[in-house]
Amino acid sequence: MIISQVLFGILLVVGFGLFAKNIIAIRQNINLGKDLDRSDQKGKRIKTMLLVAFGQKKMFQRLLPAVFHLFIYVAFLLTSTELIEIIIDGVFGFHRFFHPLLGSFYTLIISTIEVLSVLAFVATLVFLARRNLLRVPRFHMSEMTGWPKLDGNIILYLEIILLVCVFTMNGADEALYLKGESHVAGQGSFGFLVSSYIGPWLFSSFDIETLHVLERVGWWGHILVVFGFLNYLPISKHFHIIMAFPNTYFSNLKSKGGLTNLSAVKDEVTKMFDPNFDPYAAPAETEQTVPDRFGAKDVEDLTWKNLMDAYTCTECGRCTSACPANQTGKKLSPRKIMMDTRDRLEEVGRGKRKNGKDFQDGKALLGNYISEEEIWACTSCNACVQECPVNIDPLSIIIDLRRYAVMEESKVPSELAGMLTNIENNGAPWQFAQADRFKWAEEQ
Amino acid sequence: MSQLNIPTVAELIAKNEQPDILFWVGCSGSFDDRAKKITKAIVKILNYCNVKFAVLGAEESCTGDPAKRAGNEFSFMMQAIQNIELLKGYNIKKIVTGCPHCFNTLKNEYPDLGADFEVIHHTQLINQLIKEGKLLLKDGGTFKGKKITFHDPCYLGRANGIYEIPRDVLKKLDAELHEMKRSKAKGLCCGAGGAQMFKEAEKGNKEVNVERTEDALEVKPDVIATGCPFCNTMMTDGVKYFEKEKEIKVQDIAELIANAADL
Repeated sequence: MIISQVLFGILLVVGFGLFAKNIIAIRQNINLGKDLDRSDQKGKRIKTMLLVAFGQKKMFQRLLPAVFHLFIYVAFLLTSTELIEIIIDGVFGFHRFFHPLLGSFYTLIISTIEVLSVLAFVATLVFLARRNLLRVPRFHMSEMTGWPKLDGNIILYLEIILLVCVFTMNGADEALYLKGESHVAGQGSFGFLVSSYIGPWLFSSFDIETLHVLERVGWWGHILVVFGFLNYLPISKHFHIIMAFPNTYFSNLKSKGGLTNLSAVKDEVTKMFDPNFDPYAAPAETEQTVPDRFGAKDVEDLTWKNLMDAYTCTECGRCTSACPANQTGKKLSPRKIMMDTRDRLEEVGRGKRKNGKDFQDGKALLGNYISEEEIWACTSCNACVQECPVNIDPLSIIIDLRRYAVMEESKVPSELAGMLTNIENNGAPWQFAQADRFKWAEEQ
Repeated sequence: MSQLNIPTVAELIAKNEQPDILFWVGCSGSFDDRAKKITKAIVKILNYCNVKFAVLGAEESCTGDPAKRAGNEFSFMMQAIQNIELLKGYNIKKIVTGCPHCFNTLKNEYPDLGADFEVIHHTQLINQLIKEGKLLLKDGGTFKGKKITFHDPCYLGRANGIYEIPRDVLKKLDAELHEMKRSKAKGLCCGAGGAQMFKEAEKGNKEVNVERTEDALEVKPDVIATGCPFCNTMMTDGVKYFEKEKEIKVQDIAELIANAADL
């Protein structure tokens, strides 16, 4: 017993320790982004988080997947409470610590968990079928091959293993308890809603010894999958189960249509129009000597919220399936924008941790990951932003990449160059004289 | 209707007067032949309802929306700062726009740069005028039995959450309002936003406006109503692509209302 307690203690420390290390690295990566103030309107932010993340509000725009997703989500939330008992049992060598303390309430909790686990099991099978048999188009786009496809399936397989372990544990224990051989004192049925049937049905023919082994296999299997899962999260799209909460809390609360104004550009242009401004004067002490890059070439030029968005994306592809450019065969996929941002951020973060914070690898988000063809296909229609169930904003990344291409590299599609010149010369995107702007009134 | 009365702000100021509301015409509304008709329909409504409005005339300039979305923040900022100076100089407190893009930029991007005015879209003003009883539509008029479908402009709908007001206005017409399979928050873009209006689309297998026009054709409408000059152009082109321009008209809500009020 002592050995298993020690083993469990090691597992606990290593499991949580590795997770903490991963989280710290991800936090560092997100903090590579530029400042953005989202500390206002705390009440509204909490409400948004409760509705969108906790309440799954935007998932329900598509009913069927939303219902199955809800099964897994609620099962996850509630089965997590069972971990409290598992940890207490594991550390102190108890067996079902809360059983004598909570009585019939314990039966109710475990029964609820079991029912939800059955629903989650069904939902997991449905999701595996949706991904692999039904060929839902958004799961089979070019960015969903290789690792992203495998990742989606691994999570579902892990869930299956986890649920099999739960029912092996509870079923074997039920069979033992019926024979008066469980580590819980006494004899009878636990009365758990699912395992009180599964137990006798699947496990009654085994001998006591085997049942004890099966019960332990289920128990250890369960906790091993949980810790495996915990440390798989940070490299997986499944990280959204954690990130959805902060990400919706820090949502953009303004109208979707308003883009940010670049304050550096505002200052420059204001000076240009200021007749008293002396361009030869020494810059004020507070002024930055090296100005920020205009727009974004790489992940560090994006805001921390853009980077948090990237870690939150679960690659569901609702954005891409609603994107007008993608639907008409263009290369742009908002989901790929988010996946590329995360991949590049991971690469930059690893590089910096290994080689120091000034490390450059000569690569960039724009060019090595996202092509100009992709960013110029966007109509800024906000369908991707609207569709995202966890309030990710791919549009602001696209616009920042355009800003870099145009303002830093003068790379702009030729027709747009004409349009921009017209605006500068005659205050309209077409080449008409400013003086003729009111002519429409005469044409009656 | 007789001659339109279109005062400029400068004219009013010279007479020591101030407009209650500025009509921001926009570049399309000023220069595009199709959009000019929408501009005039809005003016007809303003005149008929005796709204004390004015336009900037030749002093108006692009809001900078397409420049900003094409990534050129400098061009945008030059436009924005000059426009804000002008509007502040004229002490403008309320603006109605004929275009959702101007509406969005003036409303959401200018305040941060020092602007302080209320901005509404022309469908909001029309809705308000009808509610106040200032704008009366003929009973059982031109639209009886006609099918109308409304294409949500992205910059009115998703960008600013205005879905119901244009529909409320259309319901005042004696017509049947039919929704496309994708509408409101799920409405498909016409393909013109984000500066796409001014360039060829990237390589693909279809034009966005064709995809969207297919949605509209499914409901077999007599009229495709819009509230945006860019959407109007794109949907008109889409209807022509399917050679349906004889059966289906693409019209702005302002035009439909001006027509129904017999202006």
